[in-house]
Amino acid sequence: MRSSDRTDNDRLPETSNKPGLNHRGWQDALFSTLSVTVVAVFGLLVWHLFVRIFDLPKILLPTPGQVAAAGWQRREELLMASWVTFYAAAVSLAVAILIGGVLSIIFSQSRMLRRAFFPYVIFLQTVPIVAIAPLLIIWSGYEFRTTVIAAVIICLFPIVNNITTGLQSCRTEHRDLFRLYGASRLQTLVRLQIPTSITYLLLGARISSGLAVIGAIVAEFFVSNGSVYVGLGALMTRWQGLSQTDALIAALGMSTLLGLALFGLVNGIGWLFFSRYTRVD
Amino acid sequence: MYWETRSKWLRRSQSTPPGVGIHPPVYPLWSPFVLNLIQNPETISSPKAAVTIRQATVEFAGGRRAGDRVKAVDNVDLDVISGERLALVGQSGCGKTTLLRVIAGLQQLSSGRCEHPGRGSTSFVFQQPALLPWRRVIDNVSLPLELQNRKHAGAAAKDAAGAALDEVELRDVASRFPYQLSGGMKMRVSIARALVTRPDLLLLDEPFAALDDLLRTQLGGLVTRLWRLHHFTIVLVTHNIAEAIALSDRVCVMHNGQINAVLDNPVARSGDETESVDEVDVRRTPEFAAFYGVVSDRLREAAGR
Repeated sequence: MRSSDRTDNDRLPETSNKPGLNHRGWQDALFSTLSVTVVAVFGLLVWHLFVRIFDLPKILLPTPGQVAAAGWQRREELLMASWVTFYAAAVSLAVAILIGGVLSIIFSQSRMLRRAFFPYVIFLQTVPIVAIAPLLIIWSGYEFRTTVIAAVIICLFPIVNNITTGLQSCRTEHRDLFRLYGASRLQTLVRLQIPTSITYLLLGARISSGLAVIGAIVAEFFVSNGSVYVGLGALMTRWQGLSQTDALIAALGMSTLLGLALFGLVNGIGWLFFSRYTRVD
Repeated sequence: MYWETRSKWLRRSQSTPPGVGIHPPVYPLWSPFVLNLIQNPETISSPKAAVTIRQATVEFAGGRRAGDRVKAVDNVDLDVISGERLALVGQSGCGKTTLLRVIAGLQQLSSGRCEHPGRGSTSFVFQQPALLPWRRVIDNVSLPLELQNRKHAGAAAKDAAGAALDEVELRDVASRFPYQLSGGMKMRVSIARALVTRPDLLLLDEPFAALDDLLRTQLGGLVTRLWRLHHFTIVLVTHNIAEAIALSDRVCVMHNGQINAVLDNPVARSGDETESVDEVDVRRTPEFAAFYGVVSDRLREAAGR
């Protein structure tokens, strides 16, 4: 249920800034969990019936039960691979935030630098990761770091774009206040611009959390060719070669969960450590 | 009645003993200070001026065609006298806020001068409380001190911030965050933040425009009380005539970037007065009604209606 479905009166408790879940918030959470579950069950049912009615071969489309069984059978392999991929994606996201933060701060200090270099940051967004991955293999080898580099490239744009916007979107009154009391550039940056940009950073990190997993898996397709690398992407190429469709779908589900997990991690960190920066006064 | 309640700055100048505070120090004739005065006689102004504005013009790009310039402030001369409360009134877009920003040093002049002979510190209260949402109330109040002296922040700044919060009676919410305060409390915190630097000049830009009527009157009373206590100079921008009369010694009517009239406020009560007359009572006096009429006539005249 989207908040836009409700009347103004209904929305009041949700938009209130009081910490903790209030009664209605708790009910809302329960209701949305239930509705999501119902949709999932319905979808699985349709899938199952579809396979049964048209009597599809397992190699083309297995039933949900067969997928679950295959996943359970290879659970250790699957969990290990997921951990490797999750780790790669998380490290990439962290590195992207670090590089993106530094770049954005540099951009915020000089309009000339921003004008000169920002188009190249957009270039990062437009270059297809599948096309650049073989190059990265040549330069960096069949290594974990290649996966990280590929994922960083794909994560960087949303983060740089958001932080750069955030650093420049301080309220006029706040800027005036800092000017009035003769704040230095550094003071303005540390006490005003960076705190303002944290909301934007979290937004960028949320967008990038999904991208990081995609980047890591795509890079793993290539990295797994030449080494004993074990990531979800490596498993997928192997199982695809063996025509194990059920296991492949299980891996696909796992990679989706990874994206969700990373998204949750970003949200959790934001809520734990940065909630004071995301409030409006 | 009228003679007794003339504005405060006038009474003060009458009661000043001769020879005190009137004569500047003696400078030799060839000193740069005197030479400058001889060459630019218009710079000679009352030694008690807190702000001197001469031929100030502010132009912005804009208007109907590209390349057009709009004069937000048009050749304004104004003296703000030390210790007085001056209200700038006018319609929206008449340049009153721009003039206030000029006085604050936040807006550069296209031509002309704006000087602060007193050289004291200036504070600004914005229309919105403009508190930093990630800082606790006390840290919001101490922010100006942190920004001003880069080395001596810390405990002393916290003490000063606490004292400023005492003055607006908000010591008990010092460790809260702004989102936990009501609109009126936020505005009081923002006033405390302006007071923490012990300003000589307090600039208020429609500070109570977003508040309800009762709160507006209460905060007006608070500002009057603080003014009596600290004797700073106040420049208040407002479009509310009643508020301008209740909170000023002189009312300056602006239109189209120009000053149309500067009127002495007969309702103004002196800063030395100790007995507190409720502001609501003042608003009921015939003098108030009469002056209200004068100011609104001036505004209408300026607008040509």
